[in-house]
Amino acid sequence: MRAETLTQEAPLRQHKKKVNIAKRRQYAAAYALSMPFMVMFALMIAVPLFYAGYLSFFKKQLIGGVSFVGMDNYVRALTDPSFLGGVGRMALFLVIQVPIMLGLSLLFALILDSGMLRLQRFIRLGVFLPYAIPSVIATLMWGYLYGKDFGPFAQLAKALGLPAPDFLAGGNVLFSIMNIVTWGFVGYNMIVMYAALRSIPAELYEAARVDGASEWRLAWSIKIPAIRGALLLTTIFSVIGSFQLFNEPNLLRVIAPAAIGQDYTPNMYAFQLSFVNQDSNYAAAIAFLLGIVIMAVSYVVQLTANRKERAS
Amino acid sequence: MTATLADQVAARSNAGSPQRRRRSGKSTLLTVVMLLCLVYFLLPIFWLVVASTKANEDLFSSFGLWFSNMNLAENLHNVFTFQDGVFGHWMINSLMYAIASGFGASALATAAGYAFAKYRFPGGNAMFTIVLGAVMIPMTALAIPTYLLFAGANLTNTVWAVILPSLVSPFGVYLMRVYAADAVPDSLIEAARVDGAGEMRIFLQIVLRLLVPGSITVLLFTLVASWNNYFLPLIMLNSPELFPLPVGLAQWQAASAAGSGSQALFSTVITGSLVSVLPLMAAFLFLQRYWQSGLGSGAVKA
Repeated sequence: MRAETLTQEAPLRQHKKKVNIAKRRQYAAAYALSMPFMVMFALMIAVPLFYAGYLSFFKKQLIGGVSFVGMDNYVRALTDPSFLGGVGRMALFLVIQVPIMLGLSLLFALILDSGMLRLQRFIRLGVFLPYAIPSVIATLMWGYLYGKDFGPFAQLAKALGLPAPDFLAGGNVLFSIMNIVTWGFVGYNMIVMYAALRSIPAELYEAARVDGASEWRLAWSIKIPAIRGALLLTTIFSVIGSFQLFNEPNLLRVIAPAAIGQDYTPNMYAFQLSFVNQDSNYAAAIAFLLGIVIMAVSYVVQLTANRKERAS
Repeated sequence: MTATLADQVAARSNAGSPQRRRRSGKSTLLTVVMLLCLVYFLLPIFWLVVASTKANEDLFSSFGLWFSNMNLAENLHNVFTFQDGVFGHWMINSLMYAIASGFGASALATAAGYAFAKYRFPGGNAMFTIVLGAVMIPMTALAIPTYLLFAGANLTNTVWAVILPSLVSPFGVYLMRVYAADAVPDSLIEAARVDGAGEMRIFLQIVLRLLVPGSITVLLFTLVASWNNYFLPLIMLNSPELFPLPVGLAQWQAASAAGSGSQALFSTVITGSLVSVLPLMAAFLFLQRYWQSGLGSGAVKA
């Protein structure tokens, strides 16, 4: 009896030991594989993030160097018309541009997916092509197109005896920027949504189709709800992109300095504070607050999407 | 083992292209409407091509959307010789930054994504959650503290200042985790373990091959992001010979808008712009298969 248990226990213990060794090997492999990324992540994201947080609590004084000022920079930012104006402008940008852009992307994606199009491949590629153009170059290009010197719009207006449209005037320039961003990103979002549409199992709507549901009806009741994930993803990326706007207004400023101030967007303002005014502490607070605004808005978007999902 | 793999591949390729019966009715009206929309997307690019063929004076005196006197060769000559041929440097820099950041970022993301997808290990989930949260951190908000830290380490105005921050792609890790979870069957890893293969050997000799399509998608993403990057090199670099194309061209544009000297730079900036968009456009045309399936892969699972 006793001998028997012994002989049974020994291999069991041995087995356990083997499992432990195997497990330890797997842990080691998992760390070895993930560490190169995690180390770079810590150095390039976590450390700068904490450093920005740290900086934001200090202030460079005229006398006595740098001193701890607690939340002063944040209080200052929250009453700073430059920062608030920039955030407000980006919120306006977001509310107008993002629905237009994503609406067009969704419409195009649904049209492509309906299979009713001739020249399908050519059209898909054509709408996507602007994504291959860096935003700096897209802005240079649109800047010339908008321009009064040799922009085709101004030329056409002149030929017709009309005054040249002023795309770069104070009241218009935000819409001109919206146009550049929309032009560049409709195709990208369309491809993301189109790929999601393609992966809906056909059985989901074959029955509805047999029953004679229209293509619109299919799109509204079946296809759009089925690609909720892709819609949420593109919305959140667009929110993040909007608040971070920098390249387009910063370049248009060169040709429209009267319409675009140095504090036109929060990022342009932070850039100016840091590199022109040499006030890195306040710039860090601005950057940090902007991050919080972006996270908050993204969170609200996610929450609304989830609630809708539960409601339906 | 080979059978399992073949089955997996077969099952997946079926799922990827659902056999659907589409309505055969093609609509000419819808096609025409979409072609009109396409004009909006392609006309600016057409303008760029047309404008690149014109001399400076002709830009002002001829209609923008049609050709005038052919001056493309002269313009190209100007682009590559202006300021001692600094444009050539910019092109090489852009290529180097894109390739170094692209391959580096996708290698790091591939290894980490696979580890997060296929290993249960202490801290693994926590780390992935943190990485996922970082997708929402505005990269431009990080640029200023990163600049200050790099300045402290004497790294500003070097190629490292542009490459190192671009090596980290949290979204790439997320994509690779999603991809690896599907593309690498657990049974395959188990079988290799039973055969006595070490974990690293499994990764390098068996798993990596299955992850290649996902890695190429991440590579494309990061290549494009790096090729388009403006903010980071703008703040990090001072020397024109280190600039990538967008920073350099923006500087030329500012000079031409300011009308500096007697030099009218418009045709040079425009032709330079055309030259600098051609590589990526060509890449997109030739790599259609990858980006069309790849761009969606994250969204489908999200």
